[in-house]
Amino acid sequence: MKANESLDDLTINNLKKKANMIRKDIIEMIYSAKSGHPGGSLSSADIVTSLYFHIMNHDPKNPSWIERDRFILSKGHACPSLYAALAESGYFDVSELKNLRKPECLLQGHPCTKTPGIEISTGSLGQGLSISTGIALGLRLDGSSSRVFVLLGDGELQSGQVWEAMMAAPKFKLGNLTAIIDRNMLQIDGSTEKVMALEPLKEKLKAFNWQVYEIDGHNIREIIETINEGLKITDKPKIIIAHTIKGKGVSFMENNVSFHGKSPTDEEYKIAMKELEASS
Amino acid sequence: MSGFGVPRDAYGEVLSELGETRKDLVVLDADLSSSTKTSSFGKKFPDRFFNIGIAEQNMIGIAAGLATTGKTVFASSFAMFAVGRVYDQIRQSVAYPKMNVKIVATHAGITVGEDGVSHQMIEDISLMCALPNMKVMVPSDTFETKKTIREISKEKGPTYVRLGRSKVPNVFENEDEIKLGKATTLMEGDDVTIMASGVMVSKSLEASQKLKSEGISAGVVNLSTLKPIDRQGIINSAKKTGCVVTAEEHNVYIGMGALVSSILSEEYPVPVLRCGIKDTFAQSGDYELLMQLYNLTSEEIYKLSKNVITMKR
Repeated sequence: MKANESLDDLTINNLKKKANMIRKDIIEMIYSAKSGHPGGSLSSADIVTSLYFHIMNHDPKNPSWIERDRFILSKGHACPSLYAALAESGYFDVSELKNLRKPECLLQGHPCTKTPGIEISTGSLGQGLSISTGIALGLRLDGSSSRVFVLLGDGELQSGQVWEAMMAAPKFKLGNLTAIIDRNMLQIDGSTEKVMALEPLKEKLKAFNWQVYEIDGHNIREIIETINEGLKITDKPKIIIAHTIKGKGVSFMENNVSFHGKSPTDEEYKIAMKELEASS
Repeated sequence: MSGFGVPRDAYGEVLSELGETRKDLVVLDADLSSSTKTSSFGKKFPDRFFNIGIAEQNMIGIAAGLATTGKTVFASSFAMFAVGRVYDQIRQSVAYPKMNVKIVATHAGITVGEDGVSHQMIEDISLMCALPNMKVMVPSDTFETKKTIREISKEKGPTYVRLGRSKVPNVFENEDEIKLGKATTLMEGDDVTIMASGVMVSKSLEASQKLKSEGISAGVVNLSTLKPIDRQGIINSAKKTGCVVTAEEHNVYIGMGALVSSILSEEYPVPVLRCGIKDTFAQSGDYELLMQLYNLTSEEIYKLSKNVITMKR
């Protein structure tokens, strides 16, 4: 859509429904796989939905379409969210989702190029921002108008490579790059602020010369309007701190670090699906 | 074989030359462009050269990202940093997704001499050969370096090229006579086969001359492509002589000699003796002196050749 187009309520409601469907897919997939990362997948669902079903130019029937916008999931463990968005967009059949993490399946435990719509493998944290910087440089060399979007976890900001890229992207004036931080405040060993504090995050990002925004990462209207606002700035990269709730949408997973990388039990699965059904 | 050349100079020259016609060629460096010689490309094609600073992890990630947009990306630094610093990034972002990234490392091995262990990379062959999808090349002189860079620039996929710092004797007289990808016989021999790569190729030829003066016929094989390795070529050479000496400027614990030994033990077991660094860190010192201290000499290859002949069954 055009950057200045206003969002009507119907569009927003449809996207909310889509995000809810993505969340149901996430729970189904991880339950079926008996392993995976529900917490960070659920926290990223509204961001991924906004990108795949509203902001990005892409063609599920032609994943290598030269003019596509690029998306890199730097926090690769949240791939159930991305796989669900790819399936619901039509890159492959939704029935493939139940094969997550199984041999010969398109959907590996972390993203790889075997999956239609995945640009490059991720999963070893801290590498996605560098990759996205490279993609943005490459697209600019080609005179392309495609944009690059990258979703980072907050925990992975502890990785030094991220800050190497934080220095490079503004240096190269990459206006075609938008980074989003899924700021759910939790990592495997607990609070990001206790494990290795990231705050004051906004000030750090500003000091690195990014155009910085701070939003509610579950408010689809705010996500879209902020990304579009940023896209008007063409001479520097944008970064959005999206405040989210780990496990968002499933009551007992919300802010519960034990669901970082654990599949639900039979009972938990039923409750989770019931809750998500109720909010759809 | 006559004259000397500096392989990294050859790398810089051929990159600049290729840049004229190959608009898809993009070059990255990490603040060592004047030493790796990518600076000449950078001066000529500033819009396709990116100095990433002292941030090799970021350099490899950016290289991978550029490759997704169809670029042929050359990324250079010293071997210590281009490989040692960034193994995970090379594995995840380049090798696994088969990105068209050519990591051309200079100052490999102990040729950095006085800089000492912090800069002496003697494990890169092990690390890069262990990666699925990675092609590994160790040119022996400037001609082979040029040929290698030209060839890999035409192929898609990840490649590691290992270059040293110093000038080396010419093994070849021109690029046309070089056949990459094969265990190439440089000298025919009947009594022992010396298989060598990189700077050890010229030393092996010297050893072969000395053996010849004593009536021993030593063949010399250039193993510049270590992955994919020419299994059949290695087996054929071993069959001809029944014993092998390998020579590499690398840790022998897991290096070219170990690769050759594993192939031969599986398919045609013959005695193999290995010349290389014996699983130890080296130290600061003049390059030629270090080569002697760690037995990376034609004299050592000569001795091992005589020994291995006595081990034939």
